[in-house]
Amino acid sequence: MTVGTSTDVAVRLAGVSKSYGKGRTALLALDDVSFDVARGEFVSILGASGCGKSTLLSLVAGLDPLSAGSIDTQDHRVSLMFQEPALFPWLTVAGNIEIALRMRGVARNPRRERAAELLDVVRLEGFGRKRPHELSGGMRQRVALARALAQDADVLLMDEPFGALDAMTRDILHDELERIWRERELTVLFVTHNVREAVRLGDRVVLLSSRPGRVLKEFPVDQPRPRRIDSPQVAELASSITDELRAEVSRHGR
Amino acid sequence: MAAETGAAERVAGLDRLELGPQKESGFARRLWKGTWPKVLAIVIVVGAWQLVVLAEWRPVFVLPSPSRVLDELVQVVPTASFWDSVLLTMGRAATGFGLAVAIGMVVGIAVARFQPLRAAIGSLITGMQTMPSIVWFPFAILLFKISEEAILFVVVLGAAPSIANGLIAGIDYVPPTWKRVGQILGMRGFALYRHLIIPAALPSFVSGLKQGWAFAWRSLMAGELLVIVPGALSIGVRLQTSRDLNDAPGLLAYVIIVLCIGIIVDIVFSAADKALRRRWGLVAG
Repeated sequence: MTVGTSTDVAVRLAGVSKSYGKGRTALLALDDVSFDVARGEFVSILGASGCGKSTLLSLVAGLDPLSAGSIDTQDHRVSLMFQEPALFPWLTVAGNIEIALRMRGVARNPRRERAAELLDVVRLEGFGRKRPHELSGGMRQRVALARALAQDADVLLMDEPFGALDAMTRDILHDELERIWRERELTVLFVTHNVREAVRLGDRVVLLSSRPGRVLKEFPVDQPRPRRIDSPQVAELASSITDELRAEVSRHGR
Repeated sequence: MAAETGAAERVAGLDRLELGPQKESGFARRLWKGTWPKVLAIVIVVGAWQLVVLAEWRPVFVLPSPSRVLDELVQVVPTASFWDSVLLTMGRAATGFGLAVAIGMVVGIAVARFQPLRAAIGSLITGMQTMPSIVWFPFAILLFKISEEAILFVVVLGAAPSIANGLIAGIDYVPPTWKRVGQILGMRGFALYRHLIIPAALPSFVSGLKQGWAFAWRSLMAGELLVIVPGALSIGVRLQTSRDLNDAPGLLAYVIIVLCIGIIVDIVFSAADKALRRRWGLVAG
């Protein structure tokens, strides 16, 4: 675990549990999950179905209450991205970014400038006046990223953001996300069920068990960046993680 | 940096490939595509009408030929008194519809927001929507006597439920992921309604408006035939007078006017609906 002084920690999860419902029918989604995420760290969270990955991100984002434990995000601003871009169809591409700024109370003119600047960051300069439906899936997801950045978040929570994209688009977006993460010194919690993606992107891979979600194991990824998703080193670590994941899944079949 | 330009080119290349070529059809072509079915419909209706007249199913002074009615239209339409009637009727329609929109919106938002209200009057609204509004006239006349208010009352009762229902349905079906985004962006209270719920409910609301208009127009025509306010020469009164005078061409001319007004307003609503759907990317083109 990368536990340093408390100022180096962006997100600290301590004994986090979450259950849905009450009494005997209660479903325990997360059980005593504890780990720290250092500032500027890229952590991949990996698990099979039913490990409560998405629940975990909702809790960190403060969308749902915890059942037990605590999550400390210090005074970092947190934003969350989903598998669907969930852009608003009644707004233009630029408008979708501006709405995030507007909710933060940014005035009209700086709003325009900031939105144009953020479109630049995700390499969509000139697409500001388009409608979301006129863009491809990968482009929409970049707009969603720009919207998240518009919240001035330094902690970015991503819930399988590239899950619905084809392999080529995903590969290119990995490069883009890595670049933006480095340039903006973001802290990223990246949830995925794709082992190679987790290794390709993460400084560390946190493997969760299923039903309930517990931290099963952590894998530091000590490989130089930029990595390639098809490099032998990524494949090697990915296959040993996959073995763990398989063991976890078959445990539920017994 | 070479690696950086490489990445930029890859992204730009991928975007261009995924967007594909844009196709745009010409204005004249679209106009023709929209017009010919309507022209054909008119030709079919007028043709059938002419055939019935030629078969002498009814005497010509009861069922005049299309050309006779057309003559009547050409004579009536340029007169000032005709436009006074149209203005009077459309004024009533606008007032009634406007009131129905205001009431429908308030009721719609209230029902969508407060759970107990929904249980109490949610199904009542649907029930009212299926009710023929003409049923209300005897009561309206008792309440307001033979007056503008009686007509207005029924027009509003006819239109408001559809408008409220359109809004309620729109608010109910706001996709949960959009609401999550709203939550993440920090939308609360009025801002949530202004920036998320209302715009998201707009397509359904416009459908409700369109349906509400149809009900308002029907109720108004029924009202103008039943509640003849002295001195007010509305389209309904003109229809009634033509019948009293056995003026079949005049009667049919006004029927055609009523039809035309209905069609024109419907075109306006459809255009708004279509523009909205195109912006949202719900229709091709």
